[in-house]
Amino acid sequence: MIEVTQLRKHFGDLVALDGLSFKVQPGEILGFLGPNGAGKSTTMKIITGFLSPSGGSVNIWGSDIVSDTLEAQRQMGYLPEGAPCYEEMTPRSFLRFIAAVRGFEGSEIENRIKDVVETLSLHTVLDQRIETLSKGFKRRVGLAQAIIHDPMVLILDEPTDGLDPNQKHQVREMIHGLSKDKIVIISTHILEEVTAVCTRAVIISRGKIVADCSPEELEAKSRYHMAVTVNAGSEDVDEIENYMQGLENVAEVERNGTDLLLIPTSSDTQLLADVVEGIREKNWQIEGLFQEKGRLDEVFRSITEEADHV
Amino acid sequence: MFDLSLTNLFVISRREFASYFATPIAYVFILIFLILSGVFTFYIGNFYERGQADLTPFFSFHPWLYLFLVPAVSMRLWAEERKSGSIELLMTLPIRRLDAVVGKFLAAWIFTGIALLLTFPLWITVNYLGEPDNGVVAASYVGSWLMAGGFLAIGSCASAMSKSQVIAFILCGVVCLLFILAGFPMVLGAFKGWMPAIFVDTLASLSFLTHFSAISKGVLSLRDVLYFISMIVFWLLATMVVVDLKQGE
Repeated sequence: MIEVTQLRKHFGDLVALDGLSFKVQPGEILGFLGPNGAGKSTTMKIITGFLSPSGGSVNIWGSDIVSDTLEAQRQMGYLPEGAPCYEEMTPRSFLRFIAAVRGFEGSEIENRIKDVVETLSLHTVLDQRIETLSKGFKRRVGLAQAIIHDPMVLILDEPTDGLDPNQKHQVREMIHGLSKDKIVIISTHILEEVTAVCTRAVIISRGKIVADCSPEELEAKSRYHMAVTVNAGSEDVDEIENYMQGLENVAEVERNGTDLLLIPTSSDTQLLADVVEGIREKNWQIEGLFQEKGRLDEVFRSITEEADHV
Repeated sequence: MFDLSLTNLFVISRREFASYFATPIAYVFILIFLILSGVFTFYIGNFYERGQADLTPFFSFHPWLYLFLVPAVSMRLWAEERKSGSIELLMTLPIRRLDAVVGKFLAAWIFTGIALLLTFPLWITVNYLGEPDNGVVAASYVGSWLMAGGFLAIGSCASAMSKSQVIAFILCGVVCLLFILAGFPMVLGAFKGWMPAIFVDTLASLSFLTHFSAISKGVLSLRDVLYFISMIVFWLLATMVVVDLKQGE
């Protein structure tokens, strides 16, 4: 378990973290969200023992990161932002170095490397200098070093930043493939990532937690949660719009060409059922009908901007 | 804080050492070192004209040779890590800071030691030409390597100060120059008339030159060896402090 208590960090007069507290249980994949400069990377740097906190504490499975740094670090795998590594080395020699530092010896080192090379499909570049590799491969080398000792805690700072969609998918698959008793903390500003991989989302803004819930709950905060879009097709758009506006559960109708977006008065209404019933009754030949789960970017914006105005 | 893990020390040194040879820099450095050693010994040091079978001309130029070659070896130790960001990786691995500082230093020191050993043809040459005092030569080699260690420890600290290798190079060069000049007759003479004798003596005793020339005369005294070792220890501890301070930024 990870326990972060009242974490504070200031650089001179600048307050980067202002009393951050949260706990992460085994099995959780925590998405750490926030605008640039909100303190995501700073938090991760403190959790991994790179920076020391100005106040508060971080406890990794019973080891305090300040007083028992090495023991806490042994349990963690960390991918720093931008996946820095020793560029003049080859992935093979680099991973050997990491495995040796992690305390493995002899054939165990080669076994570990074999495993991570397989997981992250690195065999084609194993003996090329890291500086000659593409961004995607570099990122995967960085991930490989983070998981080589099969850590209980995995801290990934923007693991998919700058990767193409296939590579992103691969990284997410890898995270999904980790065993269920591990803790993963991912920082990202890609919102789709949260719904794709995370079981929990923490949004921070200006060094404070402004939301802490599941991705689904986060989506439910959206005004578009359970909103229904009707594509009128060749039917009379005005007529449908008028009808929909008359429905009890519709708060607002947004019109965009032949698309009508119906925003519900609250998220627990039966809006979709009402709409379907109406369409059947009037016998409209509509072209499309779908319901939204909510828009994370809109929730994200409203939550973090709200925090800005306080 | 001050306990070392030998395994980690070895692993870090090995990586650092290998990285010298990952680029042509190591070979270029060794080549330049050997060429300059030859030039200093034979042309400037008048090796043949002196008509003596010893390596004094070779060793007496070492402080000056190290002045610009050692910063070239040490400048990347920490500056490179900070520049590329790999320091964040290194410092979040379960390694003590002391292991990292000493491990990196050892790699650079062993590397310079190898460059020094590769000058062995000179030793063979004097033995071929005459009958040198091989004890003096051996002591000089040890002294020279110890002095290189002192320079490198200063360089390690300079490298931790800056992200830029160029600044690390210059900083190391300047500090090393001060430590050489402290024992220079001209500098000591400038203070002799008006400063108390104890100041002049302390200044001279801080100099690389004073201690190295004592050793290269064949007297490997404990005092001189201890001087270089304490220089190394002091500057490595300073490196640790600087690494620590810079990490918080």
